[in-house]
Amino acid sequence: MGFARYIPIAFLVAGLVLVQQVTQHTGTTFYLTQLTMAAYYALVITGLCLLMGYAGQISLGHAGFFAIGGYIPAALTTYNLEPLREKWLVQTLDAAGLLTAGQDLYGQQVLHVHPWPSCILALLLTAGLAFVIGMPVLKLKGHYLAMATLGFGTIVYRVFLAMPLFGEADGISAVPPFPLLPGVTVSGDFAARTENYYIAFGLLIVGLLFLINLVHSRIGRAFRAIHGSEEAANAMGINTPRLKLQAFVISAVFAALAGVFLTHYNGGIGPSEASVMKSIRYVAIVAVGGMASLWGVFFMGILLNFMSLRGMFGTYDDAVFGVILILIMLFAPNGLLRLHLWQRMRRWRGVDKPKSRTE
Amino acid sequence: MQFCLCHGGLVFFMTPELFLQYLFAGVTYGLIYAIVAIGFNIIYNTTGIINFAQGEFVMLGGMTAISLHHYLPLPLAIAAAVAITMVIGALIEMVFIRWLHNPSILRMIIITIGLSILIREGALHIWGEGVRALPYFNGNEITSIVVLGVGVSPQVFWVLGVCGLMVAALYLFFKFVPLGLVMRACAANRVAATLCGVSTKNMVTFSFVLSAGIGAMAGCVVSPITYSQYDGGTNLAIKGFTVAILGGLGNSMAAVAAGLLLGIIEAFSISVVPLAFQDAIAIGILLIILFIRPHGLFGNRSAAMLKEF
Amino acid sequence: MSFLAIQHLHKSFGGLHAVNDVSFALAAGEIKALIGPNGAGKTTLLNLLSGNILPDAGEVIFLGKPIQGLKPFQIARRGMARTFQNIKLFPEMTALENVMVGRHMRSRSGVWSGAGNLPWTWKEEAGIRRKSLELMEFMGIAEHAGTEAASLAFGQQRAVEFARALALEPDLLLLDEPAAGLNIYETAELAKLIRKVRDRGITILLVEHDMSLVMDISDSIVVLSFGRRIAEGNPLEIQNNPEVIQIYLGEDDA
Repeated sequence: MGFARYIPIAFLVAGLVLVQQVTQHTGTTFYLTQLTMAAYYALVITGLCLLMGYAGQISLGHAGFFAIGGYIPAALTTYNLEPLREKWLVQTLDAAGLLTAGQDLYGQQVLHVHPWPSCILALLLTAGLAFVIGMPVLKLKGHYLAMATLGFGTIVYRVFLAMPLFGEADGISAVPPFPLLPGVTVSGDFAARTENYYIAFGLLIVGLLFLINLVHSRIGRAFRAIHGSEEAANAMGINTPRLKLQAFVISAVFAALAGVFLTHYNGGIGPSEASVMKSIRYVAIVAVGGMASLWGVFFMGILLNFMSLRGMFGTYDDAVFGVILILIMLFAPNGLLRLHLWQRMRRWRGVDKPKSRTE
Repeated sequence: MQFCLCHGGLVFFMTPELFLQYLFAGVTYGLIYAIVAIGFNIIYNTTGIINFAQGEFVMLGGMTAISLHHYLPLPLAIAAAVAITMVIGALIEMVFIRWLHNPSILRMIIITIGLSILIREGALHIWGEGVRALPYFNGNEITSIVVLGVGVSPQVFWVLGVCGLMVAALYLFFKFVPLGLVMRACAANRVAATLCGVSTKNMVTFSFVLSAGIGAMAGCVVSPITYSQYDGGTNLAIKGFTVAILGGLGNSMAAVAAGLLLGIIEAFSISVVPLAFQDAIAIGILLIILFIRPHGLFGNRSAAMLKEF
Repeated sequence: MSFLAIQHLHKSFGGLHAVNDVSFALAAGEIKALIGPNGAGKTTLLNLLSGNILPDAGEVIFLGKPIQGLKPFQIARRGMARTFQNIKLFPEMTALENVMVGRHMRSRSGVWSGAGNLPWTWKEEAGIRRKSLELMEFMGIAEHAGTEAASLAFGQQRAVEFARALALEPDLLLLDEPAAGLNIYETAELAKLIRKVRDRGITILLVEHDMSLVMDISDSIVVLSFGRRIAEGNPLEIQNNPEVIQIYLGEDDA
């Protein structure tokens, strides 16, 4: 039921294959690198769209979740456990097959955590943290919610910036590839460019499907109800604190998942990924995409991140997102695609007469 | 006399000199936070919105004064910087806020965040990433006045004096000056004020001018101590907001007490936690207060509903 | 055991006793009206029942169990639905979607089954849609099903809110000034509708200013004044109660 909603996905897949083929035949496959990165950022942004656009809860701290998703595997897969080999914890992990041994550039023996367990740990930690943070935070509204999430994001940024374990201002580099399945590896390797383009968009499409189905379901309807009037939603028997928390955790896990993959793809992560400016950028893109429009947010997420990553905004990169935020909120608070032009035209022609509205 | 700070099993013995050093540092920062918080409150009281660009006014004041000081003597440079920031405050209100009809809170949050980004990026392109400072108003960085056996920079007394004066002046302004009384009337009941012939829109503009002005002034006096940099505003905004919440949103006299409290806690925290986590302390306090006492330390629930300067 | 028993309910705001030691009971299947001058505490009482505000003292026993102190959504799940004095629809959702939200607690698909679009949710979704359309038909607003709630006319918005409350299949329906803003014909329609709802086995407690409506449909009436219950009885008794006449008409005319 509701299979019509899958038709755009089919077009999207066709479009993605087309782009890949065109770049291959015109020798411009370098575009795929930024498209891959843009896809991961779009994953964060579509997740945030569920929270902001549908459930109506602002978060100015989502870069924090992305960074947790990126930093934990980065630290675990690069930290050398070889000197700790005698410790029972390391031995237990090794016995469980969660560690990988290898040699570094100088031929030294190294022992790291395998990307799979570190990925799962990152996602679980993010979900747990989002749950713990979300419980008190989501009781807040308006300015208080905005400031509390901003505060959370800032703390995460400061912690990553201050801790030697996370490389302080330099971040973590030399993060190994992530062997997802035999023969399918997330890596920034030149030869794996096309493969990774499909991995990123495959993941994004799965995420998008999850969200599209969710917003069309009973739970999605309840999210939108909370957005419309929390009091009325409560009166419908909707457990609003629980549902807001669910939306928060889901969107946090989306951000962390993107963080894990992009970090393995880039081979590293730096503290700027956790910065407040990143969080605001995600909010800006959700706003441009139309708040409660997954497809709008999806396309804007790809487009704006691609342009930004290609350096099209030059030194005005952050300023561009500031301008976008202001213009959208001044002139089209419901997003560009929902300017209601269609309705206005109908009214003009006298098809729909404007009706009285309540307060 | 020995002060003992016990924390997590660590025991620090602190000399009275060190204690006073921390205290002065805490009071200096605390007053700046209080000024930012009062800036938040002035705009919040007349409009019901939180201006996320509040910290940018402080940065703008400091940066503009530094640039103008190349051409003007210090007092004139500061006066001109404050005036320019006030004009910017007025422009922001007139261009972005004034003509919106009944905007949602989410919309206002996002607009003022966008403004703060624009101001910051504008500052980056004008002044670059470098750290700048105004010269010390008296003497230089090694001049010190001995108070209770410790050397304190005279600039600290400039900060104390100017911020103290501003707080006192604001208090009198809102208590006795007709314009101040009208602004309070707008804060208490916008519709009633309109009915009495008050132009609430002009009052909103004026509240932006006023909070831009006090922010810029604070940015100038503190610049020699804390330096000015294009991205200094965000941090101040978070601290100022913490203080505004601690004191109870809208309550500016309590904000002064809360500002001093936060400043002193931060200053003493240096002896317990690494410097890098100092900001995290303020934010931690903010989060805890939001969760347990959103109406502030000094307010009570019903008083929080009666907006009062 | 009564259907709903309100016992010594008390709520004050600062020094104002908005609801002062109020007790009364509802029998299953009756239409009870709550009337009184402005500021008598009627809406406060309704908000106390639905859990939107917490009482200072007193008990509310609904279907044999105390419900005071429960959260609004928990009270809704016990079988109490309500409408709001100033209509609270979900403005950006269509009229049909608004009513479908009312089926929330009568359906159960969760995050995973919804996100996976699992086959068993299709049937549930279809059921929600059918039931919601049926209720909109009942309210006479089915042709507006696809219209965004915010762009509906005032009377239609009231009807959508009514249908949404009915979608909960409540045992008790609280109506907060359902006739406010309706013209005389619409009010007559509303009277018929409320009776029809009662005939479906739903008990109704309504707060209303329109005395003709109240006298027309109520089985019994409770009168509040300054937070106190001053009278209770059938419409005829209330109309002839000197104290009620006094508070409504003023002492001089009594």
